[in-house]
Amino acid sequence: MATPPTNPTMSERGRSLVRHRSFLAQPSTIVVMLLLIAFTVSIVSLSEAAGGDISTSLVKTLGKTMCLCLIAVAMDLVWGYCGILSLGHFAFFGLGGYMVGMWIMYARTEAIVVEAARNAPLPPTPQEIRDAIGTQIFGVVGGSDIPPIWAFAHSLPLQLILVVLVPGLLALVFGWLAFRSRVTGVYLSILTQAMTLALSLYLFQNDSGLRGNNGLSGLQNIPGFEEVPQSVVSVAFFVASAVALGAGYLLAAWIVSGKFGSVIRGIRDDEPRVRFLGYQVEHYKLFVFTLTAIIAGIAGALYYPQAGIVNPAEIAPIASIYLAVWVAIGGRGRLYGAIIGAAFVSLLSTWFTGGRAPDIHLGFYTIQWVDWWQVLLGVAFVLVTLFAPKGIGGLVDLLVRPKRQASAGQPAPREAAE
Amino acid sequence: MRKAPRLAGLAPAVLVALAALFWAAGVGAQSEAPPTPVEQILLDNSELIQKSSRRTIGPAIDALASSGLPEAADVLRLWRERELYVRKSDGRFVRAARKGSAYELTNIITGAPMGEASRRDVDQIKPNSGIQAMIGAALVAFQLNDPDPAVRLRALQGIERDPEASHLTGLRAAIGRESDPFVQEAMARAERRLTIQFDEDEAARIAAIMSFAGDLDVSTRATLNPLLATHLAVREKSAPSDANVARTLTPGSDGFSYQAAYEILVNEGLAPKVITAAARDQALIAAIDDGSVAGVKVATLDTREARDAAYLRLADEGKVPHTMTEDEQFALLGNFIFEDVYSQSPAITDATNETIDAINMRVAMYEAADLALDGISLASIYFLAAIGLAITFGVMGVINMAHGEFIMMGAYTGYVIQLFIPDKTLSIIVALPVAFAITFAAGVALERLVIRWLYHRPLETLLATFGVSIALQQLAKNIFGTQARPLTSPDWLGGALVINDALSISYIRIAIFVLSVIFFLVLLFILNKTRLGLEVRSVRQNPRMAAAMGINPDRINMLTFGLGSGIAGIAGVAIGLFAKVTSDLGAGYIVQSFMTVVVGGVGSIFGTLAGATLIGFLQKGIEALNPSNTLAAQTYMIIFIIIFIQFRPKGIFALKGRAAEA
Amino acid sequence: MSALLEVAGVSVSFDGFRAINNLSFEIEEAELRAIIGPNGAGKTTFMDIVTGKTRPNVGKVTWGPNNISLLKRSEAEIARLGIGRKFQRPTVFEDQSVFDNLLMALKKPRNPFAAMLYRRDEDDIARIRALAEEIGLTGALMRRSGELSHGQKQWLEIGMLLAQDPKLLLVDEPAAGMTVGEREHTTRLLRETARTRAVIVVEHDMEFVRQLGCRVTVLHEGSVLAEGSLDYVTNDARVIDVYLGR
Repeated sequence: MATPPTNPTMSERGRSLVRHRSFLAQPSTIVVMLLLIAFTVSIVSLSEAAGGDISTSLVKTLGKTMCLCLIAVAMDLVWGYCGILSLGHFAFFGLGGYMVGMWIMYARTEAIVVEAARNAPLPPTPQEIRDAIGTQIFGVVGGSDIPPIWAFAHSLPLQLILVVLVPGLLALVFGWLAFRSRVTGVYLSILTQAMTLALSLYLFQNDSGLRGNNGLSGLQNIPGFEEVPQSVVSVAFFVASAVALGAGYLLAAWIVSGKFGSVIRGIRDDEPRVRFLGYQVEHYKLFVFTLTAIIAGIAGALYYPQAGIVNPAEIAPIASIYLAVWVAIGGRGRLYGAIIGAAFVSLLSTWFTGGRAPDIHLGFYTIQWVDWWQVLLGVAFVLVTLFAPKGIGGLVDLLVRPKRQASAGQPAPREAAE
Repeated sequence: MRKAPRLAGLAPAVLVALAALFWAAGVGAQSEAPPTPVEQILLDNSELIQKSSRRTIGPAIDALASSGLPEAADVLRLWRERELYVRKSDGRFVRAARKGSAYELTNIITGAPMGEASRRDVDQIKPNSGIQAMIGAALVAFQLNDPDPAVRLRALQGIERDPEASHLTGLRAAIGRESDPFVQEAMARAERRLTIQFDEDEAARIAAIMSFAGDLDVSTRATLNPLLATHLAVREKSAPSDANVARTLTPGSDGFSYQAAYEILVNEGLAPKVITAAARDQALIAAIDDGSVAGVKVATLDTREARDAAYLRLADEGKVPHTMTEDEQFALLGNFIFEDVYSQSPAITDATNETIDAINMRVAMYEAADLALDGISLASIYFLAAIGLAITFGVMGVINMAHGEFIMMGAYTGYVIQLFIPDKTLSIIVALPVAFAITFAAGVALERLVIRWLYHRPLETLLATFGVSIALQQLAKNIFGTQARPLTSPDWLGGALVINDALSISYIRIAIFVLSVIFFLVLLFILNKTRLGLEVRSVRQNPRMAAAMGINPDRINMLTFGLGSGIAGIAGVAIGLFAKVTSDLGAGYIVQSFMTVVVGGVGSIFGTLAGATLIGFLQKGIEALNPSNTLAAQTYMIIFIIIFIQFRPKGIFALKGRAAEA
Repeated sequence: MSALLEVAGVSVSFDGFRAINNLSFEIEEAELRAIIGPNGAGKTTFMDIVTGKTRPNVGKVTWGPNNISLLKRSEAEIARLGIGRKFQRPTVFEDQSVFDNLLMALKKPRNPFAAMLYRRDEDDIARIRALAEEIGLTGALMRRSGELSHGQKQWLEIGMLLAQDPKLLLVDEPAAGMTVGEREHTTRLLRETARTRAVIVVEHDMEFVRQLGCRVTVLHEGSVLAEGSLDYVTNDARVIDVYLGR
């Protein structure tokens, strides 16, 4: 068996497969993109703004779901592919929301203040405007000074840069510290959770400069678009979220398709081995961690203007764990699995907790889903982990696999090495 | 201040008067009792009393005070409260109550009616405030000489509550006569305090002040602090000063702003009023004429400079007064010195400062001790919460996110048991083993149903147990509701062990400390000295080898997990005693617990102890630096831990070599 | 001729147990060397020290003509310097195809951005094909390496080692789980390789070591007990005592 008999047809196929194949040509990418475009177009054309039946609130829910799908893709990249179970990506998501929220709140308050000053006998001085804005925004936490971290809040471009920069830098510094000292596995998970907890506790303080537990509110009112009805604004954000999701998906698909993808999957499965191959594992992890943090920040920046409010509770460690739940239920290690999981669980959760699910009458007890949905989710999650580690995405294998058994199709997810 | 008691005194008087009215109507006039001895003393000194002069009244008060009659105190009190009247017809002292235009008279001791008299027939004795003070002092001396030590002590407390200069003499006299050493001690303290406040002799005051060095009583500080009261004084630079200066204030620093300094000058009449921004704007608005002010277009007045310039033009036109520019204000401020000046003399303030420093020194020492105790009790709470986790996570390598929910289950178990067993002590004693049994069973069930299938897949264990955690939390919410349930500790755990005014430890914290010490020792014993512990350690180090030696790793894992969970249940009962029992009780401890285990070093009970101690002390330490903000303390603590792990990734008690990779 | 790798006076202990005790060892460029020794002699720990996984308490480890110290370097840096390692238990990336495994090992810039922008070209594909030919996995290039037999995984790992183009190969029990034919192939391959680079083989199987026909170093309790030809060391009384005697 020193030289196994070479099958000429297999060899031929091998020859064609080893050629570089663009990630764009992967069936899953094509299907996801087509579905995304079709879905977006149909929702937009059926929306209230276009004279259709889909309510503004539903459009908002779907737009928010898109953002959740985007952060789920990021989570899949960092966890499903690179094996880092981060319990902190919702912190980056929240930070992205805060960064854009600062501009929205500042600019809108400024508009209101300037409008109010129009009737004053003297035109307002810049200081008076600043004071009025400070009082308006920070009165609720007993302050009136605008904290230094709001220095760029007047400028949309600068705040948008911060959307990328703040989560990115936080992830870079945190990741550098953690990966450098080779904190891995559950330790790293706990450490990321601690980071999230620290951040949310910090933001809960009134003197954090971000309005304590009140958070930033009124974010659905986009400055400069006060006259545009919410139905149109919601469609615009929906489309933007869809574009971001598409772009994020393509970026992630590109990254995991090539040698880089091989390396990070190698890190997930056997980190020391990758090291002995000469790869600086820390750099790869840091890159993926930071990149996904930035994607999460962008997703948050799109999410919170649709949600209308961002507060420290959003950043609580539990949110990041839910993110892991979505990805696990959807099927990790496959990008579309993350999207399926996030969309499925979050929409289902909205449906159940929104009181729209029918109660189940058992005679002696009535199951009200508002109360029991969490129990169901928890149990379902345990069952998925135990019996369907591939998640919902595993169903796709059942449909597709038999036809391409011999080919090197989608990588099956595998548990990270200890 | 003085009105309240008088009004209160009126009510009984009215009652007495009404009673007397009925009496008079029913029985008719009655012969009056002859004067009692105390009344006789009043009669003997009638002239002095009615004269009511501060200089001459002394013998009259003394006569009453030294009479040894028990009623004398009541009479003195009536006198002081201006409720004593004299009937002109026979000079007898009576009490009187208004009734229409006349007075209803009653005996000053017995309250027996003595008929009516017109307003002209009685005179009210009106001691002035000087005499009132003298009577007060006599009264105090009276009470301080009461045969009942409880009364003496109460009198002393009265003095301390409301000290007056007049008390001093009586107090000093009483100390010598006091037989009860405890009361004497209290009198001596009160005397020194009164000396500080009222003695005329400065040397005596200083001696008294110095005698309090190191005294921790809160009232001592309350006595001393007023001596250091200061007021802000301003003087011209050239003017000499002999004031006892506490500190010199520099405008623009130490929270003493230029505006405040200038404001003081204005208030003292040393500087002209400055036109504020608001006043300037008012003036400008008032002067708007056809869209411009003094020739300046209103639309351009959108900066401070433009407004100042426009105001200046108005002033030049003479329409408004000139204001001082900031430079002029600064220049003016430069001519003055602002000082905090003590009201007391330098000798007094020096002595006080010295004494207070000495007190503060001791207080700081006790506060440090208090902080250490706080740290210990927080550490024991973290230890209790984390030790179960240390067993499941450290010994088995299984991360159990539902650990917090086991704590919560323990707390609810305590609550439910208290519903059936009202006796608090008994219920807690029952709750501890029951909580252990319930969470032990829950832990075993979790291990058998979920975790067993996920060994060697730690991240999946983390997620699956998280699923269990959210299900359990919601389940608890559905059963017990969202509001906090009471888990009441027995009364004997309610109080605190008071060591002194600066240091006290609540019994519940001592109990939790004792509980965690017991846990520590028991677990140490189980893991190191028992067969089970041996088997647990061998399974941890090499499951296959252990299995080959006849140990059933399945059984050991199950028992270990049960043990860890059971301990969480007991911890839950303990934590429930002081925390709110809600469905997310445990979730609040889970991250800290993990950190405790990780910081301490996984797999070592000593490590958990070290981790809990470090985190407990650290958190209290940071809180002490910024007591108003516990959130910030937690934030900084977590950041510290993240950095700590950089340097000791495996914790304080790190396992080395091959075992560490197991 | 200076030594390619020089280990001098190295000791390391875990919790008081001295795994390596004042060990000194040298290997030339283009030399084949077998290391034998009973369990616990410190063979694996020795490899761990050379590859940077374990830091010794004392001693020196220097590399190459410039005598670079390896003690302060990370595993990845040491690997990039040209020290490749094959593990006792075959460790390949089971989730990925044989081709991807080899591609990852192929000597190329190792930084993340290079990896991301990397596009396979004809040369690389040809090189991987040649390697696959060498290790007998041509037909299995597109299979998931997890599906391979134990022996095939061993081969794949050897192939990955060769793909790195290292100057020194550390090979831990390469023949374990191989058929007789495969062993012969392995022997041939290792001897072939040792013409241009240094190869250290850790092996239990005396027959396999005999086939390699190279100098043998015997480790015992963390230090070198004897060194020389196989015949020489197997006749050494101490070696017989501690190792062969059992």
